[in-house]
Amino acid sequence: MLNQNPLWRYFVVIGMLLVALVYALPNLYPEDPALNISATRGGTVSELTRAQLEQSFSEANVAAKSVALENGQILARFNSTEDQLQAREIASQVLGSSFVTALNLAPATPDWLAAIGASPMKLGLDLRGGVHFLMAVDMKAALDKNLNDMVQTFRTDLREEKIRYRNVQADLARGLVVLSLRSVEDVAAAEAILKNRDRELVFTAGPDELTVFVSISEIRIKEIREYALEQNITIIRNRVNEIGVAEPLVQRQGSDRIVVQLPGVQDTAQAKEILGATASLEFRLVDEEGDLSAALDGRVPPNAELYKTRDGRPVLLEKRVMLTGEHITGASSAFDEYSRPQVSIKLDAKGGNMLSAATRDAIGRRMASVFIEYKPGTEIGEDGNPVLIKQQEVINDATIQARLGRDFRITGISSPGEAQNLATLLRAGALIAPIQIIEERTIGPSLGKENIELGTTAIQWGMVCVLIFMVIYYKAFGMVANLALVANLILIVGVMSMIPGATLTLPGMAGIVLTVGMAVDANVLIFERIREELADGRSVQQAIHHGYDRAFATIADSNITTLLVALILFGIGTGPVKGFAVTLAIGILTSIFTAVVGTRLLVNLFWGGRRVQSLPI
Amino acid sequence: MRIFSFSQPLGFMRLKWPAIALSVLLILGSLLSFATKGINWGLDFTGGTVIEIGFVQPADLPAVRQTLTSAGYGDAVVQLFGTSRDVLIRIPLRTDVDQSTLGDNVIKALNASLTEPVTMRRIEFVGPSVGEELKEDGGLAMLVALIGILLYVTMRFEWRLSVGAVMALFHDVTLTMGLFSVLQLEFDLTVLAAILALIGYSINDTIVVFDRIRESFRKLRDTSVDDTINDAITSTLNRTVITSLTTVLVLVVLFYMGGALIHGFATALLFGIAIGTYSSIYVASAIAEILGISREDMLPPPPIEKEGENTDALL
Repeated sequence: MLNQNPLWRYFVVIGMLLVALVYALPNLYPEDPALNISATRGGTVSELTRAQLEQSFSEANVAAKSVALENGQILARFNSTEDQLQAREIASQVLGSSFVTALNLAPATPDWLAAIGASPMKLGLDLRGGVHFLMAVDMKAALDKNLNDMVQTFRTDLREEKIRYRNVQADLARGLVVLSLRSVEDVAAAEAILKNRDRELVFTAGPDELTVFVSISEIRIKEIREYALEQNITIIRNRVNEIGVAEPLVQRQGSDRIVVQLPGVQDTAQAKEILGATASLEFRLVDEEGDLSAALDGRVPPNAELYKTRDGRPVLLEKRVMLTGEHITGASSAFDEYSRPQVSIKLDAKGGNMLSAATRDAIGRRMASVFIEYKPGTEIGEDGNPVLIKQQEVINDATIQARLGRDFRITGISSPGEAQNLATLLRAGALIAPIQIIEERTIGPSLGKENIELGTTAIQWGMVCVLIFMVIYYKAFGMVANLALVANLILIVGVMSMIPGATLTLPGMAGIVLTVGMAVDANVLIFERIREELADGRSVQQAIHHGYDRAFATIADSNITTLLVALILFGIGTGPVKGFAVTLAIGILTSIFTAVVGTRLLVNLFWGGRRVQSLPI
Repeated sequence: MRIFSFSQPLGFMRLKWPAIALSVLLILGSLLSFATKGINWGLDFTGGTVIEIGFVQPADLPAVRQTLTSAGYGDAVVQLFGTSRDVLIRIPLRTDVDQSTLGDNVIKALNASLTEPVTMRRIEFVGPSVGEELKEDGGLAMLVALIGILLYVTMRFEWRLSVGAVMALFHDVTLTMGLFSVLQLEFDLTVLAAILALIGYSINDTIVVFDRIRESFRKLRDTSVDDTINDAITSTLNRTVITSLTTVLVLVVLFYMGGALIHGFATALLFGIAIGTYSSIYVASAIAEILGISREDMLPPPPIEKEGENTDALL
């Protein structure tokens, strides 16, 4: 019999809709303004801290919905943004600088929904407010630094091998090192030696036979660029944690860009200062003869300075700096032959020489690595921005086992995690390529809220208009199409909530509105076709059957081309446009499903396989 | 209820030459406008700084301008945005100040001199390189989309239809951008998204008509090419109009309720959909016809006769 479906199909479709509905549900619960409190390096958040906070809030008459300890962080929810802001003041006063307090919007998803992994759609910055930075890494600086390092290395290497050179010079504009030697034999010998030490060098003949141009291979250039980018990303990640943002995003974009998104941050000036602050690194000898307890009382020996290690232990260091971080060219964590964690450090030629000279008479003494960072403090300067405080801490001290050179390692590290952390900090202190903000978008919280409201009303009214039109035009069949349209909206929201990468933006909401208008197209095609078939004198059942059948090819063709456009948009666009492309693509797929599969089931259920004389179409 | 009900196919193709003349004229007009007036590129493309601030009372624009001029931002453009309480300040790219802190400084300056505190609604800064790249990327996206569509339609239909479809898309995009040029509306990132969405909508519309043209060619054996195309367009006319209508309906809602940020998007699509509906009838089909599409191009490949097939049928 025509136009009848097996029961299982109804179950599959209803099942899919139910799943989408459940996953779309969390979007109905408004988010709570909240505070995220986490400890900075070395500290812990305990039940005590939580109780203390709760008490301070109630003393100040700030009503907190809940103050809970979860995953080593405190999450405090409030009824209003005013309460939240007031609570932040209180929290930072009570807790001091060893904790980071971040503003957040915590989803108020009920437990049973959270248990199955349902969560609301992620909102783009244009809807929730916050800062978006696009930063470019200055690759030229990284490559220039590499060339200058090469010059130093070549000079040392040639001197060691007793080859006399006329000149070794970097040509930054052309990206190569010009090597002038004194005889043709020396040219060959120098090439052999340098090539032997570094296989990635490329030699080309210069203008005369005594001059050679040395450049580095494409692979090495790529490595340097990658390294510069990775290094900056690592540093920015560390810094972003200091700003106190609940869900920061730090992501590479293309070959030399970094996207930083800080939802909820309003004070961009402060954020920029923190992100742009410089970090550096110094190696110094530990002053083991100095009297530490006297120094703690304020009597620091004249040639020493008092520092603190990361766990708060005081330590006396010599004033003389053995080496600064700019000479570090690489630091990575690894394991030694006894599979104990260690950090390998590579220095440039000059740094190698300096360290070698400095450690010659210091074998058996302890060497400390000092990490120096500038962070905004609580004090406000004349320009209205927080004053930057120089913060120094000893991140490691180790005994010098032998005279150190260009490559050395730090052993005796307690855990692989610690080794990795140390390697990161060492690299961070040796930033080789500066970054520059090339795009900034700050959306205030009021605008974000307004955008959500505008988008939601537009979707609602657009929907209502289409629903009314369809009922008037197609009567009962219009109702079927309307059910499909509602199901389509639920599916879009459900799928958007399920896909972790999908973010709803304002253009994305416009995309949903557009989808609502275009989604009925498939049904219009089908219904028009059915009307035609009826007009041609086919029976009701034949008309339904052929109507769907014939319209399907058209629907498929026309939607595949639209999908093609959405994919291209996704591939090439950034930020809000990407968000738009995602909603458009999801909308196309769900609308085909609801309009073709969904309405067919309903039409078959109501009119299929029965003796119907005419259709309410 | 029906909008159109025709017993005879309408003579769309009779008007193909006047229609093409009109389209060519409009395209030339758009190109002329690009050349003389240019496009009013938004911040996303030109680079610069845009600051949107909110007041509780209706904004006093002269006071804002005065403050900005005395703070050294004499080149700032100040205008209302959406409501009388929202003000948009545009500052072109400058080399003498640090662009990335400019927004914060402007807000500070305004707060220092105006009696009423301003709220920062948004600050956007786009560097010069980013804008250039966006233009290139946007152009590339359109080009890639057009080539993709050209290939797909050639594969699924026929090259003449494919050329017609792509010409229609080119027509729609040029005229929509032309409108933005003539009226000097701001062309920003959302408008670019709208134009790309328009490509999606317009091709959708065109394919529906093409699909019907192919079907009509197979169905109507002794009809002229003109009449076949007329028949196809007439029978899809209801659908074309209804879908355009529902889409226009939601776009009108979007235009009036979506807020000022989405105005450009809605405008581009509203105009584009009207143009796109016209072009899928006149530009796409007419070009395919002029290129000499015929029934033979549209017939399914002849079935391969299998041995013994006839005998089976007899049984």
